[in-house]
Amino acid sequence: MSAGSIVARRNTFTRALLYAVLAVFAILYLMPLYVMLVTSFKPLEEIHQGNMLALPSDWTFAPWREAWGSACIGLECSGVHGYFFNSIKIVVPAVLISGLLGAFNGYVLTKWRFRGHKIVFGLILFSCFIPFQIVLLPMARVLGILHIANSTTGLVLVHIVYGIGFTTLFFRNFYESFPDELVRAAKLDGAGFFTIFFRILLPASIPIIVVTIIWQFTNVWNDFLFGVSFTSGDSAPITVALNNLVNSSTGVKAYNVNMAAAMVAAVPTLIVYILAGKYFLRGLMSGSVKG
Amino acid sequence: MSKPPSSRGFGERLQHWLPRLVLSPSFVLVLFFVYGFILWTTYISFSNSGMLPDYTWAGTRQWSRLWSSWTWGIALHNIWVFGLLYIVTCTALGLLLAILLDQRIRAEGTLRTIYLYPMALSFIVTGTAWQWFLNPGLGLERTMHSLGWESFSFNWLIDANMAIYTVVIAAVWQATGFIMAMFLAGLRGIDGEMIKAAQIDGAPAWKIYLRIIIPQLRPVFLSAIVVLAHLAIKSFDLIVAMTGGGPGNATAVPATFMYSYAFSRNEMGIASASAVFMLAVIAALIIPYLYSELRESRS
Repeated sequence: MSAGSIVARRNTFTRALLYAVLAVFAILYLMPLYVMLVTSFKPLEEIHQGNMLALPSDWTFAPWREAWGSACIGLECSGVHGYFFNSIKIVVPAVLISGLLGAFNGYVLTKWRFRGHKIVFGLILFSCFIPFQIVLLPMARVLGILHIANSTTGLVLVHIVYGIGFTTLFFRNFYESFPDELVRAAKLDGAGFFTIFFRILLPASIPIIVVTIIWQFTNVWNDFLFGVSFTSGDSAPITVALNNLVNSSTGVKAYNVNMAAAMVAAVPTLIVYILAGKYFLRGLMSGSVKG
Repeated sequence: MSKPPSSRGFGERLQHWLPRLVLSPSFVLVLFFVYGFILWTTYISFSNSGMLPDYTWAGTRQWSRLWSSWTWGIALHNIWVFGLLYIVTCTALGLLLAILLDQRIRAEGTLRTIYLYPMALSFIVTGTAWQWFLNPGLGLERTMHSLGWESFSFNWLIDANMAIYTVVIAAVWQATGFIMAMFLAGLRGIDGEMIKAAQIDGAPAWKIYLRIIIPQLRPVFLSAIVVLAHLAIKSFDLIVAMTGGGPGNATAVPATFMYSYAFSRNEMGIASASAVFMLAVIAALIIPYLYSELRESRS
C-alpha cells in the first residue's frame, strides 16, 4: 500500500488545489523548453521586439538551417552538423564497448566469485564517483603519448574507461538476483564460462542492456568536461560546439540560431527519454540507490 | 574452486582462471586510469610543476599557493552557497512533488515525465536555455514589461552578487524531478499498517506525514543528499554554459578553478592540488555511503 490517498479524497476543493499546484509546476518545468523552441523559429527582429513567450508571428526554419549548416563556430562557418556526427562517432563505440565489459564484469562478480571479489567491485564502483578533475591532467598526457589527443578516438577511450564503473554496477546488481541454481545446473551439465553467459544469462538480460545503453548514451552524449579538455576545433563533440557557438563574444548574438543549435544537441537524448523513460529512470535509480 | 588448480587438466585450469582473465582488462584499466592517475595528480600537487610536469618535490608549496589564492576563496564560498541551496531546495521540492503526486493523481505518468525530462538534457543545453530565459535585456524581464509589468526587473545573471543564484535555479530545475522520483519510490514502499492505525485514530493528514511517513523516508533523504552533494561538487558544465564563471570571478567554483588553472593558466601544481581537494571531499562523502550500502545488500 502507498502512503497516498491520505489527503482528503472526498474534498473537491483540496483535489482541485492539488491539481492546480501540480499543473503550475508542470508549466514551470516545460517553460524553458517551450521558450527554446519558439525562439528557434522566430526571426531575429521579432526576438528583439520582446515577449519571448509569444508564438512566432512569422515562422521560419532559417535559424535551424543556419545552426545545422552555416553558423560560425570559431573560424569554421559550417554549423554544428560536423560536431553532431562527432558525438555519434564517440557515443556508439563507447557505449557498446563499455557495456560489453560491464556485462562480463557483472557476470564474473556474481556467478564466478573469487577471493577478493568485493574489493575488486568496490574499487571499480568508486570510479563512478570520482570528480573527473583528478584525472584530467594525466589523461591529457596519456592521450598525447598514444597520439590520440584531440581526436574522437581519444574520447572513445576516455568514455570507455570511466563508463566501466556504472556498466559494471548495473550488470552486477542485475545478475545478483539471477538464480544461482540455473547457473549451477548448467555447470554440472558441463557448460563452460562463455556458454553459460551467452546461452543463459544474456538472453535474460534485455532490460538491463536497455538501461545500460540508455544511461551510457545519455552520459556520453551530454559530456562536456572531457570534450572541452581533450578536443578542440574539428574533433569536438556537440556540447563543446554548442558552448563555443553560444558563448563566443564576437558579433551580434543570434539567439534564434543558438536555441536551434541547443535543440539539435538536446533532441537525441530527449527522443530516447520519451521512448524509454522507464529505463532511463531505472538507470538513474540504480546509479544512486544500490541493491 | 576447492581443488588446487595444479591437480587438474589444462582445460579445467583454464576454466578456473577464465573468469579472472575476463575481468582483468577492466580491472587493469581502472587501476591505471583511476587509481594510477589519482596517485600521479596527488604527487604533482606536491611538486614544482607549472606548465610541464616537474617531479622535484616542493612540499606544500602548491597547497599554500592554492589556499592563499583569492579566486579559490571565492570558489569555496560559492560551492558552499550553491551546494547548500541546491541540496535543500531540490530535496524539499522533490519531496513536496512526490507527496502531491502520491495522491492517486489521474495524469501521474504524464506529470512524472514532465518533471523528469530536464534530467535527460545536457547541462550545456540547460545553461544555454536558462541564460536566454534570464537574459536581462530580452528574456524574462522584457517579457514582463511587454505583458504590462513595467517595473519588473531581473538582472541577476549579470549581477556579481546574485549570479550564483541563477545557477542554483537552473540546477534545481534540472534535478528536482530525479529527487522526486526517488521519494516517490520511497513513498510507495512504506508499510501501510501504521498509517491505517493513525487514520483510525483520526490523526490529520499533515500529522501522519510529519510523524509517520517522513521519518520512514530517512534512507531516501540520505541517498538524495549524497547524490546531490556529489553532483554539486562536480558541477562544471552548467556554470561554464550559464555564466562562464563570471561576471569576473563571481561564479567560480572548484571545478572551474581547476580547469582554468590546468588549461589556461598552465599551473599544473595548483590545479592538481585543487583536484585532490575535490576528490578528498567527495571521498569523505561517498566511501562511508558506499560502504553502508554494500553492507546492507550483503545481509
